[in-house]
Amino acid sequence: MKEAVISVKNLVKKFGNFTANDDLNFEVYEGEIFGFLGANGAGKTTAIRILSGLSAPTSGDVTVAGYNAKKQPEQIKKNIGYMCQKFSLYEDLTVKENIMLYGGIYGLKKALIRERTDLLLEKLNFREYGDRLISDLPLGLRQKLAFSVAVLHEPKIVFLDEPTGGVDPITRRQFWEMIYEAAGRGITVFVTTHYMDEAEYCDRISIMSEGKIVALDTPADLKKQYHAASVEEVFVKIARPGNN
Amino acid sequence: MRTIFYLIRKEFIQIFRDKFIGKAIFGVPIVQMLILVPAVTFEIKNVRLCIIDRDMTTESRELVNQLEGSTFFKVTFSTFSEQEANNLLHKGKCDLVLQIPMGFGKETGNGNPVRIMVSANAINAVNAQLSWAYLNGVIRDYNRNIMAENTSGGTLPPVPQVQVTSRYWYNELLNYKYYMLPGVLGILVLAIGFILAGLNLVKEKESGTIEQINVTPVKKVHFIIAKMVPFLIIGLIDLAVGLIIGKLAFNIPFEGSIAILFLGSAIFLVAVLGLALFISTFSSTQQQFMFTAFFFIIVFILMSGIFTPLESMPAWAQKFDLINPAAYVMRINRMVMLKGSTFQDISTEIYSLMLIAIVFTALAIWRYRKTA
Repeated sequence: MKEAVISVKNLVKKFGNFTANDDLNFEVYEGEIFGFLGANGAGKTTAIRILSGLSAPTSGDVTVAGYNAKKQPEQIKKNIGYMCQKFSLYEDLTVKENIMLYGGIYGLKKALIRERTDLLLEKLNFREYGDRLISDLPLGLRQKLAFSVAVLHEPKIVFLDEPTGGVDPITRRQFWEMIYEAAGRGITVFVTTHYMDEAEYCDRISIMSEGKIVALDTPADLKKQYHAASVEEVFVKIARPGNN
Repeated sequence: MRTIFYLIRKEFIQIFRDKFIGKAIFGVPIVQMLILVPAVTFEIKNVRLCIIDRDMTTESRELVNQLEGSTFFKVTFSTFSEQEANNLLHKGKCDLVLQIPMGFGKETGNGNPVRIMVSANAINAVNAQLSWAYLNGVIRDYNRNIMAENTSGGTLPPVPQVQVTSRYWYNELLNYKYYMLPGVLGILVLAIGFILAGLNLVKEKESGTIEQINVTPVKKVHFIIAKMVPFLIIGLIDLAVGLIIGKLAFNIPFEGSIAILFLGSAIFLVAVLGLALFISTFSSTQQQFMFTAFFFIIVFILMSGIFTPLESMPAWAQKFDLINPAAYVMRINRMVMLKGSTFQDISTEIYSLMLIAIVFTALAIWRYRKTA
């Protein structure tokens, strides 16, 4: 049996009277790519924020990388990377300055940061962009860079909240190659997305609707179960509000 | 610990990459010093006087001459109609009306007391009070003269009287620039630190970059300190710029130790930055922060004692000033610069300010949430 690096039991998150996460239960195993699907407002972002220690659960038992999300959020933060839908590198810093900053925050040695910066720029064909401001980069490049920065410190888990929003298909493809590469290095990838073709790339997917997880399995099994040709069909069948 | 270094470096790069802020940091102190120091003054010159001389004797002429002879007064009108004089006062054409009654010369010649009447436009209470005081001074001199005249020629022995000779310590010439400048230095440091630091943090909230910081293991203390250090340094550089301008443009005296002045301002800045960051944790937009900051800055400055002495404020205001960092820095700046106070002389102020700085900074660290 594979080891669970994320374990969620009876997770509830309420904002006043509104229940954003309603009794979530799931596990994510080491090294897998776990897709988190759902319509807008289904509660994906709320869940991902709780898992990464940005938001405290109302109740339930959430363990990430061996630490309790309610009691030890700062311990969790040492072991994860995070990239959110709202682009969040510093736009008024250059590519290299951003990498240096986050490398430094995660406690990497200066020489190591330099080494990884070179490697990263090389790999992304970014060499000439090293001293450019983030604000001068096209969105696709920024997203790729943000992902690279999120895994710079080789975390156990990386959380990606709609990482490919608004990006062209070619860049999305490249982005997913990067995700596969990270997973190949043993980094667990937890990713939310709107794109159903991307869901096909995941090892397992869960589908959320109105704060609940309504389906969770491998894409192949889900398609079989719902007699559908694609994940998109599955999604339309079960995630449409009012269908469950 | 090393993370602080990376964070501070990032702040500095961002501050100086912003072309406007980079210039404003040095432009603001220069402009502020050159404008505020000479402009904010209580000195009164050329008080416009309207004279109603019903006596028209040599004695009354002499009093008017003496008034005119002083640099404070200028007789702009002369009339016999009280109504016209009041009209002039109403319309703001003159500041003071002086009525010399009939028989003024005769009575004073006989050594009898005489009443003259003064009406002042007190819309500006400070102005009215000061010109009133100046007028009193001139009349006192006049009194002394006639007393001397009355006694010298007569048989009466000279009247012994107490004469006051005044000497204004620490600012002998009562130069208001000397009085205002140390205070303006405090305002300068206050405004720059408060606004820049607070806006900086709120901007990170608005752009969402703070999320990316919050999801890292960075310690709250480190983050807040890294937000303070650059503005502490900038504030002290501005203080130095202000002092240099004070010396070059106004030749301000500097009696005390520069090190103590900087020590006081450094602690003051920590208090100000702590409060600014504390407030910015409540604000989600730059507007919200600016509105709140404006409130605090105005209250701090007006209650700091820069314009009005602390001692003349009501008791509750004096109590408030116990937690007003600007009130301490006003005293420290003035005492060190004009009086040459040593550390021992102002240790109470320094320690109180230190306590405030610690409390405000602790509040900012406590209120900053990495996990909502």
